[in-house]
Amino acid sequence: MEFSFTEEQKMIRDTAQAFLAEVSSSNAIRSAMDTEQGFDPQIWQRICEEMYWQAIHIPEEYGGMGLGYVDLVVMLEQMGRYLLCSPFFSTVCLASNALIVAGTDEQKQQYLTQICEGSLTATLAYTSKNGQWDATAVQGIVTTQGDDYVLNGTYRYVLDGHTAQLLIVAARSEGSEGEQGISLFAIDANTPGVKRTWLPTMDQTRKQAEIVFDNVRVSSSQLMGEANNAWPQLNKVLQLAAIAIAAEQVGGSQQVLDLTLEYTKERVQFGRPIAGFQAVKHQAADMMLRTEVARSAVYYAACVAEEALSGGLLADELGEAASVAKSYCSEGYFKNAGDALQLHGGVGFTWEYDVHLYFKRAKSSELFLGDAAYHREHVATLLLD
Amino acid sequence: MKLSFSDEDEKFRAEVALWLFENLVGEFEQLKFRGGPGDEHMFPLERKKWEQKLAQGGWTCIGWPKEYGGRGCSIEQQVIFNEEYARAGAPGRVGHIGEGLAGPTLIAFGSEAQKQKYLPGIAAGTALWCQGYSEPGAGSDLANVNTKAHFDEAKGKWIISGQKVWTSLAHESDYIFVIARTNPNSSAHKGLGFFLMKMDQPGIEVRGIRQLTGTSEFNEVFFDQAECDADDIVGQPGEGWAIAMGLLNFERGVSTLGQQMQFQNELNQIIDIAKANGKSQNPTIRQRIADAHIGLKIMRYNSMRMLSDTDDGGLQKEALIYKLFWATWHRDLGELAMDVLGPEAEILESGPYTLTRLQAMYLFVRSDTIYGGTNEIQRNIIAERGLGMPKEPKITA
Repeated sequence: MEFSFTEEQKMIRDTAQAFLAEVSSSNAIRSAMDTEQGFDPQIWQRICEEMYWQAIHIPEEYGGMGLGYVDLVVMLEQMGRYLLCSPFFSTVCLASNALIVAGTDEQKQQYLTQICEGSLTATLAYTSKNGQWDATAVQGIVTTQGDDYVLNGTYRYVLDGHTAQLLIVAARSEGSEGEQGISLFAIDANTPGVKRTWLPTMDQTRKQAEIVFDNVRVSSSQLMGEANNAWPQLNKVLQLAAIAIAAEQVGGSQQVLDLTLEYTKERVQFGRPIAGFQAVKHQAADMMLRTEVARSAVYYAACVAEEALSGGLLADELGEAASVAKSYCSEGYFKNAGDALQLHGGVGFTWEYDVHLYFKRAKSSELFLGDAAYHREHVATLLLD
Repeated sequence: MKLSFSDEDEKFRAEVALWLFENLVGEFEQLKFRGGPGDEHMFPLERKKWEQKLAQGGWTCIGWPKEYGGRGCSIEQQVIFNEEYARAGAPGRVGHIGEGLAGPTLIAFGSEAQKQKYLPGIAAGTALWCQGYSEPGAGSDLANVNTKAHFDEAKGKWIISGQKVWTSLAHESDYIFVIARTNPNSSAHKGLGFFLMKMDQPGIEVRGIRQLTGTSEFNEVFFDQAECDADDIVGQPGEGWAIAMGLLNFERGVSTLGQQMQFQNELNQIIDIAKANGKSQNPTIRQRIADAHIGLKIMRYNSMRMLSDTDDGGLQKEALIYKLFWATWHRDLGELAMDVLGPEAEILESGPYTLTRLQAMYLFVRSDTIYGGTNEIQRNIIAERGLGMPKEPKITA
């Protein structure tokens, strides 16, 4: 039993921290979030070419580094901490995982290789306007036409959906319900009939889009996994993504704590720094507790994810570990961000200070891929039904 | 990162489980799931016998060096032992203060003579210890010690007078370790001594404190000219504080995993009740049960991190937050138990005031957030040591 980072993982963490402190400064975040695209292509290019982060857990046979999910999580934590604006999460944590879990050999060879080269961004579209995150979220309809498929439907909350070049899309056969009848496709975003619209969001640091499929013709070579039977794979992708976003949430929790400490140690009231007041210290202590507890949940879940991808002993725990991590980290980050705003006093309420960026990201990542109550209900089902 | 145990460790696990299966029988059967916090008053004699049975099997003090009667087990093996011990429902250890606190303190700070004199009894399960720290005026302000010690040249002994309070299991103990003021003109953490004393002597009186559970596992201990041999002070007079603080570092560690197994048993009981009475379909209760399960899972991950973390030899943040997290979690579990039971929660097992296990748990957990450093003190410690925030200003008269 060795539940701590290897020397190599510590190096990844420190390198990521140093690089992101440089490229994802407050100014950089603010200029990226003011654009519709949502990220600086030059920084994305540097990430792909200099850092090679997009390739970290992709198998070596597709040009990846072949490292584990723990290594990925180490970096995601830093990306959450520095609020990196990039198509990393959509490309790597959604689309690459979908390709790894459900892609055919040809699809993996083509798309994963392109992702590793840094020449392709991608995302996952599966949920509709009903705002659900389970199988009932899949409302897009797929019908067959000869050997081909035809897709119709409206997808929302698609991360980077207006800029991604490859769309991994879930749709269901007509008349199917729940976990039945779901298929996954890999579709070029420029396919005729695909209409993509940027959805402006309260959290400006991560962009979302609506995608409408209007009689989009898709060939059978674009089908991922088994027709009508892709829910188990999609579900696994969502569980892996929940762990990934929880890792970002840990980084965010840490950063709002650090910002708060820095501020309260400098801000003098009644003749002493407000960090000396017990009312402030106790809130900060709770923030640290939430951060460390969240961290334990995420690191454990990352180990489980690694085994789930490699067929290890803990693979069966994936659903539970993902829900434990996502529920705790979602609430923990949001509470921390709210407390940070409160402890910054009036300046915390200003556009100028960065606290609101984290406050908004905390809520958007809490609501994305199922909130705390959703994941607790999943745990309750495992325990009680 | 690697979460699994080695084949050798799994063999050790099987050995522990088998021993418990074969020995937790007969007269010891009734001790299953008994004697934890909140239940310490139950079966004292039988649990003392159990302690000796364990010792005969070589299962006391397993983390101690072999030369002092231990087994020299690795952290992993200690984790496994604690897990299996709790899984088997083996009873709360009456020897835990000697094994977990007094012994390690003597191994670290004691003279060779003290080690030879006291450690074998602890390892054999024949000498039970209690801890004389808290006083009526020294709770969280632990250094506010008024118990006095002076050296009587004629007798060649230390003479101790004063009062300790909240002394768990004092009524069952053979020995007590005491911090007392050796320099009458000193204050706070200066001028203290760390004494090893026999309980059975004139001048020591133990009075049980009746708790809100109706039972007594805490006591007041009164010292009136009680005696301590000259050789039984650990370290030098005046060094007691450093030794007392060194001892508190031993309080954290592998036993947390055993504690979690006890928590798991309590949660399982609550889940069974919820399934039986239909509360498991109440959406709010479902959320709270899930939340309790999530908290317990994370507690386990956190302990694993705490035990694995040698990160730069620096501050272990996960260790700092541990007490606050489990104590608050356990308090919430008590409330959950009552809410799942509904009106049945009010009905006692029998008169005059015999509580069921869950009722006793519900009431006892209110002490979890108080003893061993209140939640408020824990938050101060986290803020000051973990986050480098300013210390409380000293009040000067």
